Amino acid sequence: MKEELKEKQKEVEILRVLEGNARLSDAEIARMMGIKEDAVKAIIAELESKRIIRKYKAVINYEKAGIETVQALIDVKVSPERDTGYDSVAERISRFPEVQSVRLVSGEYDLSVLVSGKTMQEVAYFVAEKIAPLEQVRNTLTHFLLKTYKEHGEIYGEEGQGKRLAVTL
Amino acid sequence: MDMMSDRIADRVKQMKGSGIREFFDIAQQMEDAISLGVGEPDFVTPWRIREACIFSLEKGYTSYTSNWGLLELREALSDSIYKETGVYYDPEGELLITTGVSEAADLALRAMLNPGDEVILHEPSYVSYNPCTVFAGGTTVCVATGVEDEFKVRAEQIEEKITERTKALILSYPNNPTGATLSRKELEEIADVANEHDLLVISDEVYGKLTYEGTHTCFASLNGMKERTVLLNGFSKSYAMTGWRLGYAAGNKELIEAMMKIHQYVMMCAPITAQMAAIEALRCEDEVERMVSEYNRRRRVMVDGLNALGLSCFEPKGAFYTFPSIQTTGLTSEEFAKRLLLEEKVVVIPGSVFGACGEGFIRCAYAVSQYEIKEALERIERFLTGIK
Repeated sequence: MKEELKEKQKEVEILRVLEGNARLSDAEIARMMGIKEDAVKAIIAELESKRIIRKYKAVINYEKAGIETVQALIDVKVSPERDTGYDSVAERISRFPEVQSVRLVSGEYDLSVLVSGKTMQEVAYFVAEKIAPLEQVRNTLTHFLLKTYKEHGEIYGEEGQGKRLAVTL
Repeated sequence: MDMMSDRIADRVKQMKGSGIREFFDIAQQMEDAISLGVGEPDFVTPWRIREACIFSLEKGYTSYTSNWGLLELREALSDSIYKETGVYYDPEGELLITTGVSEAADLALRAMLNPGDEVILHEPSYVSYNPCTVFAGGTTVCVATGVEDEFKVRAEQIEEKITERTKALILSYPNNPTGATLSRKELEEIADVANEHDLLVISDEVYGKLTYEGTHTCFASLNGMKERTVLLNGFSKSYAMTGWRLGYAAGNKELIEAMMKIHQYVMMCAPITAQMAAIEALRCEDEVERMVSEYNRRRRVMVDGLNALGLSCFEPKGAFYTFPSIQTTGLTSEEFAKRLLLEEKVVVIPGSVFGACGEGFIRCAYAVSQYEIKEALERIERFLTGIK
């Protein structure tokens, strides 16, 4: 039981470490955690094969990169279906590559869908042509994203970090 | 007018200033230096704490507080200490909020020392205890600890130094600069000595929450120790609040009252902004946990890295310092630090700053990012190859 708990703790710590920096090598993670590199390799392999780790990707500030993208959050009101509830329509919407994320939410709307495209028009057309007409969709409300302040735990603005003294005893 | 230096009080004049001030100034000016010479977290104070402080300012909390500190803070602190250590301090009379632990240490020494009283201090240790003792009219009697004991002070070493004039013992674990910690059993042995020889104990536990192996034992929680211990602690290290200057002392009512008397005339009260922030800090234990686990990862990387470079380093179990030996280089710790700074732009602190027995060691803090640790280790490696 205790061993199991320890393994679980290691798993959680590896996930936290990778969430902060997915580019660390197995050796680096092993050193940070005080465990063997092979153990790290094995745990990560298992997390990947169980698809707990879905993929490794970068958090990119596209605005700073000068790459124009348009994103919109779409509130979607849905009539749930017998048997599958919200799942089938949510999965259907999820399959479009323009759709970045789909979440079931509480409140006035049911699904919160993040869509991205090159222009506002492209996004608007996508919603009008692909989402709004779906049989189960009763209503949509599109919010274009104007500015990102924080993404995946990263604050985009320059945080004014006070400079520490180089030497303090 | 006569030379001003003749008019400076003797005990101040005779106190040795930091001999390596010049070297520190170079470090301060250097642009692309990596500093392992820091004595504070690299984290900014958690936003929840900063935000609570801003809110308090907006609400107009800008006045003096009670000399003891805000009652709300003392009550919250009393709860928190009780939860963590099992020791109960009455928020009215046994707890004093101070301007940093530094002030609390100064008050404790001034409140208990008569001229000529002796204070036993283990070394290497934080640089303020000796001067504060001397300024308070006392004399420091040092106990040298060594790497063979992992810089733990042993009860019998303390006992050997006890004379008729011994009034108090200063304990500072987890230790700055070594990162050493004492186990419950080791502390109990020291407690027996304190009991037997009727010593007061000043226990500075500011790094207590930064304990990576085992759990920190509060000295006052040991049998009979609450009454003879002044527990010093603060918010600087565990909550990343160094610049706020907020600490506290907890202990026997009469002694805390005596400390309060000095504090009342000298400081009046700790800044209310910091006190308001501290109330929120006490609700931020998961932020502390997050920082501690990050320090722990850095600690392992640093210790491994130094050992791999041949700078043998015992495993520090607390605070955020490593204390590797540099004896194989044949340099003194001051030479090592100076040359490392000038040649590879890495700041470390010569161990000798923390007492004569720190010679042959350097203090490397790991309160820096993983990236900086990596870069610093590479530079140190280059430096070591150069001096071979």
